[in-house]
Amino acid sequence: MELRFLVQLGIIGFTFFMLINASALLVLAERKIMGFMQQRYGPYLVGPHGLLQPLADIIKLLMKEELRPKGADKWLFTLAPMLSITAAFAAFAAVPWGAETTFFGLLDDPVSLGVADINVGVLVIFAITSMGVYGIVLAGWSSNSKYSLFGGLRASAQMISYELSYATALSGVILLAGSLSLREVVDGQAGTWFGVIPRWHLFLQPVGFIIYMIAGVAETNRAPFDFPEAEQELVAGYNTEYSSVRFALFPQAEYINMTTMSAVATDLYLGGWHGPFLSPEYGWIWFLLKVGAILFAYIWVRWTVPRYRYDQLMQFGWKWLFPASVINLVATAALVLYFNA
Amino acid sequence: MPETLTFYALSGLAIGASALVIGQRNPMYSVLMLIASFGALAGLYIQLDAPFVAVAQIIIYAGAIMVLFLFVVMLLNAPQEDAAEWDRSHPLRPPVVARFGGMLALLLVVQLAWALLRAGGLGGPVAGLGDADVVSSVRELGRVLFTDYVFAFEATSILILVAMVGAVVLARREGD
Repeated sequence: MELRFLVQLGIIGFTFFMLINASALLVLAERKIMGFMQQRYGPYLVGPHGLLQPLADIIKLLMKEELRPKGADKWLFTLAPMLSITAAFAAFAAVPWGAETTFFGLLDDPVSLGVADINVGVLVIFAITSMGVYGIVLAGWSSNSKYSLFGGLRASAQMISYELSYATALSGVILLAGSLSLREVVDGQAGTWFGVIPRWHLFLQPVGFIIYMIAGVAETNRAPFDFPEAEQELVAGYNTEYSSVRFALFPQAEYINMTTMSAVATDLYLGGWHGPFLSPEYGWIWFLLKVGAILFAYIWVRWTVPRYRYDQLMQFGWKWLFPASVINLVATAALVLYFNA
Repeated sequence: MPETLTFYALSGLAIGASALVIGQRNPMYSVLMLIASFGALAGLYIQLDAPFVAVAQIIIYAGAIMVLFLFVVMLLNAPQEDAAEWDRSHPLRPPVVARFGGMLALLLVVQLAWALLRAGGLGGPVAGLGDADVVSSVRELGRVLFTDYVFAFEATSILILVAMVGAVVLARREGD
């Protein structure tokens, strides 16, 4: 009993530690991949091949002076970055990232890899990530600057528009799996069809997967949908007035949100920790590889696709993406009804 | 015992935040207090073994509707209410209006008390009324919603649709 509790605590601590590292590594990966795509080296001086660059960035950010504009709302200006980062970390709590394991016989009963197993896990993640927008909106409003305010306004409008398509695309998988628990969704994708094609939901829900990824990019405010911070129009958008650690929390929250989004996509569409060649004990390696591939795609898209215009964003969200996701949901429901009856 | 403690903490938070919603002079803080109140309500639902309702409460009310509220407050840039202005020209200031408002509040309290006294079985836990799994099961919730309560469900949908069409008609500019 005692040991089990310690192991559980260890898993929680490990997940937290990995998330912090993920945000630091993603900053480096982003700059390296950007450099590669623009035919240059990217950060190269700190450590071998610039590997220690994130460390230097963190030290620089910690050493900077914290500024607060005179007209800013004192409480909300401080609360906003905290809300952002808390929501980002908390959302990952419901994401399972590995098969049940006894740690090579250390424990009598298998323990599941992941912070919490919640029977409505998909919805919990969705609920917490939807709270993350308050951080951005409040940052925009409390800064008392027109660029920040526009950033906050855009964030709220964009979030509302794309959350609908996101949730509707996700419902298709829920219908197929017949469960709201992420662990059960993943376990439903074990095995293969005809011995070669893995039973991933990706192959049953290709349209849903594309809609999920597009809406996910918009939800995490990444290019080509990075309107809340649109440098060329709004200086830096909602975080214009922020500096030092308070500023650092916003990009960190963004990178953690990206990781969560990719991890959920892996669990829902790409079979989670199931894959060939590795025994289930080592399934988390597959999970890491899949999440890494999606994150790479995220960065790839950012440095190859230019930003939309704001009215195009709204048109695309409401007139194309949302109808497509509804049609996908209805078609999935009809097929599930036909084949299960 | 811890359940009783969390119940009182959550309901205290819900009531306190709701009181602050109307007590704040800054509309921005009112909206945030309303979100806190919804969060506390979601906690109460979890305690009632209804995680789905709790999560739906967060997604729909705290996550979607309140973002729109915040959007409107920010867009209108509503100013802080001024204490001096309240003395002179506030529309709720005339005694007739104030008395009418007070009467409505009293009516609400009486109705609530009457409803609470009438409803039986409040002494026991809700989970005791049925199987806890049945209460929390999303499948069961959906089945009940689309069979036993289908009329209420559809009527609500039409009501919301009508409100939406009304908003579009009102917001449409002449000549469009």
